[in-house]
Formats: sequence, C-alpha cells, structure tokens
Amino acid sequence: MKELSNLEYLESESIYIIREVLSKSNNPVMLYSIGKDSSVLLHLLLKAYYPSKPRIPILHIDTKWKFKEMIEFRDEQAKKLKLNLITYTNLEGLKKNINPFTHSSKEYTRIMKTEALKKILQKNKYDFALGGARRDEEKSRAKERIFSFRNKNHQWNPKNQRPELWNIYNTEINNNESIRVFPLSNWTELDIWNYIKKEKIKVVSLYFSKKRNVVIRNKNIIMIDDNRLKLKKNEKKIIKNIRFRTLGCYPLTSAETSVAKNESDIINDISKNLLSERSGRLIDKDEIGSMEKKKLEGYF
Amino acid sequence: MEKKVLKLLISGSVDDGKSTLLGRLLYETKSVFQDQLNSAKEESKKYGTQGSNTDLALLVDGLQDEREQGITIDVAYRYFQTKYKKYIIADTPGHKQYTRNMATGASNSELALIIIDATKGITEQTRLHAFIISLFRLEKIIILINKMDLISFNKKKYEKIKKEFINYLGVINFDQYEFIPISALTGDNVVKKSKKIKWYKGKSLLNSLDTTILKKKELSNFRMPVQWVNRNSSFRGYSGIITSGFLSKGDKVNISPSNKVTKIKKIFLSGKNSRTAQENQSITVQLNDQIDVVRGDCVSSFVNPIKSYDSINAKIFWIDKSILVLKKKYKIQFTASNTDAEIIFISYKYNLKNFTKVNTKTLNENEIGFCKISLSKKIPLEKFSSNKKMGTFILIDKITNSTVGTGIIDDLNESNKNIFWQVTKINKEIRAKTNLQKPCLLWFTGLSASGKSTIANLVEKKLFELNKKTYLLDGDNLRHGLNKDLTFTDIDRKENIRRVTEVSKLMMDAGLIVLTSFISPFRSDRFLARKSVNSEEFIEIFVDAPLAVCEKRDPKGLYKKARSGELKNFTGVSSQYEKPNNPDLILKSAKFTPKQLADKVFTHLQKKKII
Repeated sequence: MKELSNLEYLESESIYIIREVLSKSNNPVMLYSIGKDSSVLLHLLLKAYYPSKPRIPILHIDTKWKFKEMIEFRDEQAKKLKLNLITYTNLEGLKKNINPFTHSSKEYTRIMKTEALKKILQKNKYDFALGGARRDEEKSRAKERIFSFRNKNHQWNPKNQRPELWNIYNTEINNNESIRVFPLSNWTELDIWNYIKKEKIKVVSLYFSKKRNVVIRNKNIIMIDDNRLKLKKNEKKIIKNIRFRTLGCYPLTSAETSVAKNESDIINDISKNLLSERSGRLIDKDEIGSMEKKKLEGYF
Repeated sequence: MEKKVLKLLISGSVDDGKSTLLGRLLYETKSVFQDQLNSAKEESKKYGTQGSNTDLALLVDGLQDEREQGITIDVAYRYFQTKYKKYIIADTPGHKQYTRNMATGASNSELALIIIDATKGITEQTRLHAFIISLFRLEKIIILINKMDLISFNKKKYEKIKKEFINYLGVINFDQYEFIPISALTGDNVVKKSKKIKWYKGKSLLNSLDTTILKKKELSNFRMPVQWVNRNSSFRGYSGIITSGFLSKGDKVNISPSNKVTKIKKIFLSGKNSRTAQENQSITVQLNDQIDVVRGDCVSSFVNPIKSYDSINAKIFWIDKSILVLKKKYKIQFTASNTDAEIIFISYKYNLKNFTKVNTKTLNENEIGFCKISLSKKIPLEKFSSNKKMGTFILIDKITNSTVGTGIIDDLNESNKNIFWQVTKINKEIRAKTNLQKPCLLWFTGLSASGKSTIANLVEKKLFELNKKTYLLDGDNLRHGLNKDLTFTDIDRKENIRRVTEVSKLMMDAGLIVLTSFISPFRSDRFLARKSVNSEEFIEIFVDAPLAVCEKRDPKGLYKKARSGELKNFTGVSSQYEKPNNPDLILKSAKFTPKQLADKVFTHLQKKKII
C-alpha cells in the first residue's frame, strides 16, 4: 500500500470533515468569500457530494465594496455549478453609508462583515457553517478548532474550546448555538496553490499579475476598482503589474508588485516571498492581537 | 515526487523551551515571513524575555493571554515544509493543568518531540508526557535535551539525563527513541549540526525528522465506518474514510452490526469513479444489494469482518473539571457511531507521579483510569492496538455537551459478559417484570386430607396455563428430600416450616409464585413465615374442613394409624391444630368442590393484582 501524498491526505481529511457536517447538521451553510480558499472549499464540497450534486446553500456576505471581478466570478460560478447562492448585505449599515473611507477599518469590518454575518446566520438559523479559514493564516487562527463552537451570540471563547482528539468531533449543540467548521485548517497557502494547479480549479483573475490602475496610499498599493475611490491631493493614478495574494474589500486590500501570471509562478513566488499572506490585509493590523479580538466578536 | 506529511507533537515541561524551539524551526526553515518577524520584534519589546533580541517564542504563542503570561495555554497547530516533507506540528502546553491539551496534541500526532531542560533535568511533567505518548502509541519519540548552552555543552550532564530517561522509557515500555542535545535559543543542532557539540555524532533535529521513516503497522483488514448516507432520488451510496485495508470494485463485504453480506458495485474517490481505494482515503461506495445501512454501521472485509460489541475495557483519560460519575449515562462517540455509555466500574487509576495503580471510584481532571464500560447498543469496534481509528472514543456530558473524557479500547466483550457486571442490578423486581407477575407465597394450611394439595395443584395448573412461573412445595415431597432428617416432634415441625419458609423466599427472589401445602399447625410458625417475607406477599389460605370429614376421607390411611397409636404426634388426633385467626382466604372444602375453591383463590390473586 502506498503512503498518501500531502495533497491526497489533506483532500481526504477535508472531505471527511465536510461529510461530518452533512451528516450531523440540520441546516448547514457554506460561507463563500470568492477567494482562492473558498474556491478550494467549494471544489471539495462537490467532491464530498459526488456523484450527487451539492444541496447546501452557499452564502456570500456582500459588503458592496468587493472587487467587481469578484462579484462577476461569483455569479458565473453559481450559474455554472448550479449553486444555491445566497447573498446578504447589512442593509442598516448600507443605509448609514458605513464605508471603508470615512469609517475606521475596525468599525467598518465590524458592521459590514461581522454583524452582517451574525444577522444572516441568526435569521436563517444555520446550525453549522463551513468556512475556508486556515490555521497558517494568522497566529490566533492557529489555535482555533476544526469544529469551532459558537454560543447563541455567535461568540468564540478561545479559553474554553472543545478538545479535538483523534478524528472524532464533538458536534453536540443546543438550540441557537452553532458550530463553525474549517475543513481547510491544516492547509497552508502553498498547499492551496499546489492543489489549485493540480485540480485546475478556477480562481478570480485578480490573483494573477496584470497591468492595473492603482494608487499608493500609506505605502499600500490600492487598486482603483471604481470611482468611489477619490484620489487625495498628492496622490496619482498609476498603472502597475500587480496581483493580489488575498482578496477582501478593495479599499482595504493591498496588492503586490508581481509578474506571476499563473499558478506555477505563484507557487514559485510564495516559496520565496518574504511577506506573509495576510500582510496585505489592513484590518489585521489595526492593533496588537486584532484578529483575535475580531474573532471573539464573531468575525470568521 | 510529492511530499509526504509528518504529524509531530512538541511536548515537555513548562519553560523547557517548546515555543522557542518551534520559533527557531520556523525561523530557520524560512517559514516565518518578514512582517510576522517584525510583529514579533515589536511584541518582544513589550513581552519578550530575551532582552534586545527577538523572542522567537512570540512567533508562535498566538493568543493574547499567552503572550502576556508567557505560557502556551492551548494546542496550536503550525506548519512548515522542507524539500522532503510537510510537517503538521501540534504545539502543546507544559503546565500540568493543561495536560489534556497535550493529550489532544498527542492523539493527532505520529511522532513526538520531548524537550528536557538540561539545567533542570527530568520533571514530573516530562514523565507524564512520555507516559501519554506511550499510551497513545505514537511511533517514535525524539528527546531533545535543551539549553545545552547553559551547561557549557557538557557531555557528562547530557549523558546522565539520557541514561535516566532511557531507564524510564523502559519502565513505560517504549523502545522507538532518539536523543539529541540542542540549544533552541542559539540554534545548535536544531536545523544545522552544532559545531560546539563535537562529541555528538548524530543528526540535527531537522535532518533526523527529514530522514525518519516511521515503521507503521500494515493493517490489512478492510474497514470503513459509514459516516454519511449520500442519497438523492436516483442514487444511494455510503460515504466514509477507510480506517484500514484496501478495497476493490467487486469485493465481497460484510455490513456490521447486521452482518449482511453484499458486493461493492462502485467506488467513488476524489470526485471520480475508481477501481480501488485504500487506508485514509475518503470514499463513497455503492452496494450491489438494497440493504438498509445507516451512519455508524461498518463496511468490512468479508473474510475478516469487524465484530460488534456492547461492553468494553478501556483506559479513560478524564479531561473535564467535573469528575467521572459511575453509572451515569454519558454520550460515547466513536469514529462514526455513537450511543450511550455507562462506566460500570474503575479497576484502578494511575498515580501519575510513580505510575503505580491505585484503587478509585472516580477520575478527576487529567487522571487516567482503567474502566469497564457498558454501551447501550452493539457497535462495530476493534482494540486500539489493532486499529487506532476503530479503537478510540470520546465521552460527552449529555447536559453540558462538553467533551469530558477520551479513551482507548484495551479489550472488547460480548454482551453476555455484561450481565456479570450488572449482577447486582438483576433483582426480584426485574425478574418479576420480565415474568409479568408479582412473586408471592400462597400458604395453604389445614388438617391432613383437608384438600390443600388438591386445591394448590389446581391453582398452579391454572397459573401455568397463563404462562406464569410457579412452584409448588408439597409437605410430603419435601419430607422425602430436604427434610428427610426431621421427625414429627414439635421441634422438628418448627424446623420443617422454617426450612420451607427459607426455600420459598429464595424462589420468590427468583421471581416465582410459590405455593406451599403443609399442615403447618402452629400459629407462631405461620406468623414467622409471614414475617420473613413482605407481608403483602404472604397469602394465608386456610383450607377448612371438619376433622370428621378429613378423617372420613383419610386417603393415605394416616388417621387410622394415628388412632391406633402407630403414628404419634398426628395433627388433629394426638397433636393440636391452631386455626388461623385472620387468614386471607378461608376455603370450606367440605361444602365446595376443589375446582370452585381453586377459582376462588384465582379471583383473589387477580384482585390483589398479583397476576
């Protein structure tokens, strides 16, 4: 008998976790952020169901500040794969014009992402939510469980997590409690790209280098995705060969100068890259331990 | 060639340098990015323990509390890759109160690193960690004797610790190990071989890890616990992960616990049709026959099918603050199946200071005990030593939903042994319930030839026809055996009745309706009989016939013998019969037929809800 390779092992483990949710949950949902990890998770969901078709809803929290290409990609995928796509926006926040320019990134994230997510989870009474977060992304995520319990207020208690022994998961919950499940916990960024390459998984083209309109703001390369981004004095639009390592809301996601045009280039790039994956995510750095604080509130 | 995975545990006593070692490994394998390093530098100024140098431990202590307290509370998982392998590392806490987190890490690892501070030597926690690693049967331990820089890379001191620990590994019966002297702080022998420890001829830690090939036991018997029934209008398949063995399309398989046999029609692996599948792969199978299969069933090799059990002997590691309660119903969760479980008793627990066995009635947090567990239904299982994934479980409190314990199965038992453990539980009430009757004692008393035995026989026959469990104790029969040694003196008559009463009691305890037919002439004896059982279970039936009638009947010629003096101490003739003052029933056997009187007894039993 041969030993499984790293990617075979990871795929099998993730499918096992997804099926555990399909089996134990009454009303599961998959959170879909349109990024590369979500694309891999969706691919694994299809495999977990095969030869059946996936039946669980795919939920996208739309802040209305995502890159245009992301939204196009989302709709295209939903149509092609006949997904049961649900999109949700915190309309209250939208009415109050909460935006990443006038509000702090902390406040904006709380209202348009964390609160929005909590609202829709509450409204539709989802008991299990699959997500594409990985432990190697950020230090506090390294300590999160694969089956991560949330109380009725969707809060995470890092000091009282259920120990996960063997491959046996405690999925017991009471009414109004829920579990967030991370089948990609043991994947690294490199694993993700190697898998995307091996399985020929489609991802948003923003991950690949292209000449794009950008502005340099606080040393970050911000793409001018639409005319809501107003240039300040001393700022000017420039055209650069850039790509994104992670995708979020465009005004809060910094690009990197790169010529990586395909998966192999990216794999090569990551192996040499000196900056971490989420270094382009401005919301991670608004204070020390900021991801942990966001997660306590219910951020994914 | 594609990389393989190695799952690694980092353990050891608090402050022995686990986080520093991990930080060092990540740093030197270039698994730390510049911005993460910058942020560690920034935090070093605030929380660091290394003066102006960056505290590498801060690269890994992820939670705010941990950074502030300088300890690792929770299991953190870290990843790095070399040219040869991808490492999944469980970084676990050294503090005693977090031993459960160390056990969690161990349960998900193949190889363990144990760090020992060379300046402090082996501690209680070091031993405990090694003990758990041995219990969970990890494949190998690499013992890292750390802070060699603080003992000037002294070989003697290193050898002394090594010798002591090898002794201990012998005690806990673990023989796959390696020792490396290191300094996590300075990096000696972590990634590169140290130039300062020339006397050490072995490999650096990373080199050792990269070249380690674990000798895993080949498990050949196919097992796949059904995790999920994949079903739509046109398809019905069974999904799960293969815990051991190999499967091919067309294989004959057994479904447990129903033990139905079928063949594999199709295998779906990784979103495709596949001819074969093997251990650790998540698959979906379609079966040849329409068999009802549910989550928790196990598809296994037809030649060596898995067996199902409802009682297990297991080592339980208790991880909750609440103590283990015997005979409380916990939820027990195996790889795919679950049911209710009761811990029947604890044979012993380990004293974790010297690993001796101690008697106990409970387990506290972080304690390990050897327990007998009874399951509410039969589950396909194997011993931990034969198949890890089929031989482990977790226990969940049914109220709080917390995971309170974990266990590894040492022994499996068929259900009939279960009765042995519950022997005290099967009592009169339970037997009575299964028999659908109340045990009681129908005490027929009256003169010889009054008709006691005739009526008692008719009553018993009637009860028997209704499927009731009965036994008739007859004076004459008993005197041929048990009471052979007794005469008809007053003392022996008393003893006769005492024995009858005791035998009746045992039979009632066995759940029977007992009928006794004895002259039992003395009130005091009958009173004693009533007192020795529950009084509502004692039904005194006085078969009342005048002496003259009895004497006239005289079927055995006894009255004749008594009158002639041949028979002494004969009741009614030469010995007194004391009529009951307040019997439950009086049967006038001179006026009614035995059948009528038997019916009367029967009606009384129904009225008292005995039948």
